[in-house]
Amino acid sequence: MIALFYGASCVALLATALAISRVHPVHALLYLVVSLLGVALVMLSLGAAFAAALEVMVYAGAIMVLFVFVIMLLQIGPQIQAQERAWLAPRHWIGPSLLAGLLLILLFRAMADVPGRPAELAVAAKTVGITLYGPWLLAVELGSVLLLAGLISAFHLGRRT
Amino acid sequence: MIAAVPIAHALLLAALLFSLGLLGLLLRRNLIFALFSVEIMLNATGLAFVAAGSRWGQPDGQLMFILVISLAAAEAAVGLAIALQVQRRFGTLNLDELTGLAEPAQPAGPSGDTRPEAAP
Amino acid sequence: MNGLPWILAAPLFGAAALFAWRNMPERLAAVIGVGSLLTAALLTAVLGVQYLSEPVPVNVSLWTWFAVDGFAPGISLYLDGLSLTMLGVITGVGALIHLYASWYMRGDPGYRRFFAYMNLFVAAMLLLVLGDNLLALFFGWEGVGLCSYLLIGFWYRDPANGHAARKAFVTTRVGDTAMAVGLFLLFRELGTLDIQPLLGEAQLRWPAGSPTLTLACLLLLGGAVGKSAQLPLQTWLPDAMAGPTPVSALIHAATMVTAGVYLIARLHPLYALSPAALAAVGWVGAITLLLAGGAALAQTDIKRILAYSTMSQIGYMFLALGAGAYSAAIFHLMTHAFFKALLFMAAGSVILALHHEQDIFRMGGLRRKLPVAFWSFLIGSAALAALPYVSAGFWSKDAILFAAWGGGHTAWWSMGVAGALLTGLYSFRLVFIVFWGPARSDARPHHHWSEQAPLLILMGLSLFGGLISVPAAAVLPASHPAHPLPVLLVQIVLGLAGIALAWRWYGRQAQQPPPLRGWRRLAHAAWGFDAVYDRLLSRPWLALARINRADIIDGAYSLLVSLTQAGHLLLIRSQTGALRRYAGGIAIGLILLLGASLWT
Repeated sequence: MIALFYGASCVALLATALAISRVHPVHALLYLVVSLLGVALVMLSLGAAFAAALEVMVYAGAIMVLFVFVIMLLQIGPQIQAQERAWLAPRHWIGPSLLAGLLLILLFRAMADVPGRPAELAVAAKTVGITLYGPWLLAVELGSVLLLAGLISAFHLGRRT
Repeated sequence: MIAAVPIAHALLLAALLFSLGLLGLLLRRNLIFALFSVEIMLNATGLAFVAAGSRWGQPDGQLMFILVISLAAAEAAVGLAIALQVQRRFGTLNLDELTGLAEPAQPAGPSGDTRPEAAP
Repeated sequence: MNGLPWILAAPLFGAAALFAWRNMPERLAAVIGVGSLLTAALLTAVLGVQYLSEPVPVNVSLWTWFAVDGFAPGISLYLDGLSLTMLGVITGVGALIHLYASWYMRGDPGYRRFFAYMNLFVAAMLLLVLGDNLLALFFGWEGVGLCSYLLIGFWYRDPANGHAARKAFVTTRVGDTAMAVGLFLLFRELGTLDIQPLLGEAQLRWPAGSPTLTLACLLLLGGAVGKSAQLPLQTWLPDAMAGPTPVSALIHAATMVTAGVYLIARLHPLYALSPAALAAVGWVGAITLLLAGGAALAQTDIKRILAYSTMSQIGYMFLALGAGAYSAAIFHLMTHAFFKALLFMAAGSVILALHHEQDIFRMGGLRRKLPVAFWSFLIGSAALAALPYVSAGFWSKDAILFAAWGGGHTAWWSMGVAGALLTGLYSFRLVFIVFWGPARSDARPHHHWSEQAPLLILMGLSLFGGLISVPAAAVLPASHPAHPLPVLLVQIVLGLAGIALAWRWYGRQAQQPPPLRGWRRLAHAAWGFDAVYDRLLSRPWLALARINRADIIDGAYSLLVSLTQAGHLLLIRSQTGALRRYAGGIAIGLILLLGASLWT
């Protein structure tokens, strides 16, 4: 399991780094899917199987597919590659890298000393379900309202006038 | 079986993913790629939650993760719908050109005499 | 007596109605304006009869104005002989003047506003004389000052009227400030401002001649001097003639200018304890009466002559107060109200008949054309000059002069007698120039009963008013000075001598206005007080004000505004609409916050 953890982490990191630096949106998307799968494996190794399943089904399965559809509708595939290559010239990386690097250093400082290891027993999906519809019921309601709002907004904003 | 890694490592992984996402957001000029980067950041946050939940052996981490995912879904939907509209109306997805919300640099309202009107 | 508050309420409600309905027709405004005064006069008559049958002071407390730390002055009214006398004068003469004004002001676009101000004035004056504590009195005091300002500047479109109104207000303000300081002093020393308890407490607390008491009395005298147009605050009264003639009659002859006299009479126990202050009162009166009489001799405007005459007669009242003859002062106040109102109203008739002509050297020979005005002036001037036995003025003025003689104030007596000579001289100068000689302008009178009735009534009062026994006499300390015959003869002879001189100089031939040279020029300018005050006070103050012409205090506030606007312009540059920059800003902020929380 430890090997799974570290292996999946490396894959996720590599895939993410590639995802943000591709010029073709579908390439980036595919690398992103790989990254998400890697993160799902990390979660699995930590004992959160339910979360891993959700990650694959919802995140990689639904949201990324949504992105695919929109990329299709926008038809931005091959034409923009040259433009994106221009925008990804090395000199444009300096500022963002600086900021992201600073943030990373700070986060490392903050979280490096956190003690502890994952608990012995994995958390079962059953426990998650009971807790979700028990103490976290209000969150479920709020989440559903949020999704309804998202649905209506997307419907309205995506119309052809 | 659960990997008995220091939980700090999981959190550090989340931090790395987050900063990669931030890098992407600051770097890319295309709206779609910006949305990608936001998804990366949200995913990293969810991972952090799950790691914390597994540290204590409680389902709360995964529950937060569920909410984060639903948030990401809603946001992606709306963002992509906006991207469609923007492409239709302005013909471009270049964030540097989409500056319609900029504030014009003129003073708003009357300037100069701020004394109240003298009553007749 | 429950009727007492209604006397004050009638003109107050009248004023409220007149202020509220902006498009009131003229007739209705007249009915409300005059009617409220008539109601008040009737109520006064009823209350007066009740009071005289049983002369017990009545105290009616309406409500407590405020209560702070044990000091709780109320709006409460006090009726005794003195306030009943003042009440009679204010409501009675006031009602007649209002009736006359309903004729005089007809056709004026500000008709309703005029009666609103006049009613408000009467209400304030009534509060002044009825108030049973000095704070209510001061409230009325300020109220009449305000209404005087409003009415002097009534025809506000002409800036000269506004200037005269401001001059009146500022000058009386100086006196009011002195009075306020005096009130503070009295309160601090005695702990109360209710008049009757205050007077009792003062008599217990202070020995005769105490410096604190004298100071307080002098400060109150300062207020009285301002309101009553005596030295040194007398400069506003002649200019106040810029207001309509009924205003001059009511405010600047019969009522407001007598408020100072009322104040000192009301607080007479305080002044009796302080001979220095009383002497000051007397001297102020004596000097003013001579200066004003002299100035009246050189004037050419009919109303200004009457204004200086008022100043002079109030000087007589102050002289009487100084000599301790308080009831004589109030008696003279009453008779003066009768004949001065008569004179002013008759002057108004003359002015209107000659189309707003006020220069006496452009009038002449009016005794056949305006008979009522002529007889009014004749009777009024006779009363003013104290024609022996037939006029009301004789009884009151002689009472004053006898009191001066009897109290051993020979200097004051001689000044008073000299003043009587001057009075006869200037008053009959006016009569002879205006009503004798050839007619110099065209008189086109439009008479009306509401003009003539008040004149007739006041003529009767000016003749026979001396026979009224003033209710105030019962309240104020009695003085029965001796009437030595030689003194009486001197007084009578000098008064008649003035009239005779006037006949000799002005009666027989046609008059030209004499050139303004030498003493005449000085007298015309009322002995130069205006010029002195201008050099000494007004110009330095204006120079100081000019230094701050750019108004640094307002500049500080404008600076705040400009700074805010500059900050706004600066911050606006961050609203570029570029999403990546926004994200970058958020990232920087996040880094800073995290850094701060990690290292502190």
